[in-house]
Amino acid sequence: MEVLELARWQFGITTVYHFLMVPLTIGLSLLVAGMQTAWVRTGDERYYKMTKFWGKLLLINFAMGVVTGIVQEFQFGMAWSAYSRFVGDVFGAPLAMEGIVAFFVESTFLGLWIFGWDKLPKKVHLACAWAFSLATMASAYFILAANSWMQHPVGIVMDEGRPRLTSIWAVLTNNTVLAAFPHTIAGAFAVAAAFLVGIAAWHLHRKSEEERVWRGSLKLGTWVGVVAFAALSISGDLQGKLMFEQQPMKMAAAEALCHTEQPASFSVFAVGDVRRPDCENVKSITVPALLSFLAHNDFDTEVKGIEELVPLYQERYGEFYPVDERLGELSGQPIDYVPSLPVTYWGFRFMIGFGAVSAGLGVFMLWLTRKNRTPTGWWFPALGLAGIATPFLANSFGWIFTEMGRQPFVVVPNPSGVDGVWMFTAQAVSNSTAGEVLTSLIALTAVYSVLAVVEFYLIRKYVRGGIPGVLPQKSDDGALAFAY
Amino acid sequence: METLWFVLIAVLWLGYLFLEGFDFGVGMLLPVLGRSNAERRVMINTIGPVWDGNEVWLIVAIGATFAAFPGWYAALLSAAYLPLTLFLVALIGRGVAFDYRGKVDNPRWRKAWDVTIVAGSWVATLCVGLLISTTVLGLPIDANGDRVGSVFAAFRLDTIIGALAFAGYALVHGAVFTALKTEGEIRERARRVALMAAPVALLPLVALLAIVAGLWAGLVVVVLVAAMWRLAADRDGQSFALMGLAIAASVVILFGSLYPYVLPSTLNDAWSLTIANTASSPYTLQVMTWVAAFGTPAVLVYQGWTYWVFRKRIGVHHIPAAH
Repeated sequence: MEVLELARWQFGITTVYHFLMVPLTIGLSLLVAGMQTAWVRTGDERYYKMTKFWGKLLLINFAMGVVTGIVQEFQFGMAWSAYSRFVGDVFGAPLAMEGIVAFFVESTFLGLWIFGWDKLPKKVHLACAWAFSLATMASAYFILAANSWMQHPVGIVMDEGRPRLTSIWAVLTNNTVLAAFPHTIAGAFAVAAAFLVGIAAWHLHRKSEEERVWRGSLKLGTWVGVVAFAALSISGDLQGKLMFEQQPMKMAAAEALCHTEQPASFSVFAVGDVRRPDCENVKSITVPALLSFLAHNDFDTEVKGIEELVPLYQERYGEFYPVDERLGELSGQPIDYVPSLPVTYWGFRFMIGFGAVSAGLGVFMLWLTRKNRTPTGWWFPALGLAGIATPFLANSFGWIFTEMGRQPFVVVPNPSGVDGVWMFTAQAVSNSTAGEVLTSLIALTAVYSVLAVVEFYLIRKYVRGGIPGVLPQKSDDGALAFAY
Repeated sequence: METLWFVLIAVLWLGYLFLEGFDFGVGMLLPVLGRSNAERRVMINTIGPVWDGNEVWLIVAIGATFAAFPGWYAALLSAAYLPLTLFLVALIGRGVAFDYRGKVDNPRWRKAWDVTIVAGSWVATLCVGLLISTTVLGLPIDANGDRVGSVFAAFRLDTIIGALAFAGYALVHGAVFTALKTEGEIRERARRVALMAAPVALLPLVALLAIVAGLWAGLVVVVLVAAMWRLAADRDGQSFALMGLAIAASVVILFGSLYPYVLPSTLNDAWSLTIANTASSPYTLQVMTWVAAFGTPAVLVYQGWTYWVFRKRIGVHHIPAAH
């Protein structure tokens, strides 16, 4: 394999993996801060136990999110140095801000929260929980601003062949990030909600100690899940409209829409190979005019198909890659403007599908446990635990869709922005050897695999341990309340 | 403005080397100073609340380099690809190890994480030293800022001395920190180990400084000797402060001699990267200056507060029985 493919696989694997931990961290840390607030305000021990239990699981997951995040920051320079040089004037700023504004707060106050139970006044300790939870959200904002700039470059002029930042404000208020941020945060809450519901259902089924804790957690999870799904739908719809304006090819690829339609129908499910050029022969269940609505809020908008978009892209951004030895096999070759259709088409559907299943399960769970009932069948905890996977899958497929859907670009041209600001993924990669990238790919994948097993094992252990497993033990005088 | 950011990045590296320097050292010395599980737990708990905050200095140093000098960031990180891969793996292992070590009450489990902490701390600190000495001493890079030649180009005699320099410093610094933060037998042991190891462990740092700046290295030697003298006199706090002064002087010497370069080319001086040919635009630097002007003092205040909250020495009797 060439350096480009290896570096792309590495970025994909490490990022999808990192983003398994991140949404759980964001969603759960805010919910735990909420639980602790309820305890401090009411003095009800139930909330204290909830804080301790979910806080413990949060910390196990947090550690993994932190260490896998370090890789991300180095990776741009290591494997994508041409990209880093090209966009450095713009892209580095939100990354550095993320460090100064978010990571310092997050790591410092997390340390205070873990070790400060007996050292800090109750309210100060609670403030630490809010500080690190809000910092995780701030961190998401900055990194999404950076990513949104790649999808829709704003706030720049072209200067000596590189984009030069002219307005950080424009980057931070890019309409792409204003839609992506609520979508991502809602996705994070959906993950945390399913986590609460699944584990609490299992404990209710087992009739574990502290029924009130599990009942409360389940109720909290189901409601958060339902609200998150509503927020996901609204923000997702907004994103769809932006995509229609900003990245028409991604829109067409999401539907594997070969030819322009007016009104355009939305494909629910396809039988057959959606790959080009076979896409014309695919049998697909469609909802008439729905795609027009998703794109532009009316049932009559024309949505351009791939075959019509390709010549437009060729005209605007060139037909051939430049002749440059650094492009390897692609040097001087025609540019393929169509993303991988099976990935985008199914990625989009799996995102929506798993998201909907997750929300449906939440509502079903809420109904099952109405008036403090607990179904006795084994299927009840099984459904809850299986449900935990669904929002994780929806998140992953959503990101895979949006990142694969912008190929062959790494920086997508902004149709109404400054001309000349775009970059092909093939031009972005470092001048590394395949051996180097293969080494890091293997090393990181191996370490990540081992850690996945370890994290799963630890979470399972603490879930099984229930409340008694997380409460501090009575200890001798002078001993610390918590120690590693 | 470029000079200001060069200085700020040096300060971020200083913060990183000073702070994570001691938590690396604690990890490196875990089996040497911690003879029993309880003693090892004492050591881990001296850094438990703070090591993650210390590591963010690295994240911000690298992030600030990306924002202020993208050309430097791109060239250094891609050229030092393999050492950085090793570095990342070490940081990952070590990072989860602190948190996961105590989560299962089983000697084999603890043993595995102890090995991870020790190996991770050694490898990570060697890699940091290699990275810093590489950027100071230079690499074979071409006009485009790309490395020419072997993937092992960053491994040379002088950069390996640089790697050992920071490992040796972290070792002694970690022992002094342990002496400062613990009580009882472990504290005595830490003091003895620091004093015994210092003449050998600190030698590579002095050698690196001599390579880079000649006689200026003498300045650091004086501070290091003073640090060991105060430690011998049972004044852990003063010794720790002097160790901080030593790394500050070292960073000043290394980055001072580098300026205005950021990554010299060992092939052709015209290809060397400097603050001028790698810097971001004045507007970007201005934005970042505002962020740093408000952010950094706040960081110093709340990180300082954390150290104050956890200021008490820890001994074996503070460690809760099982967990």
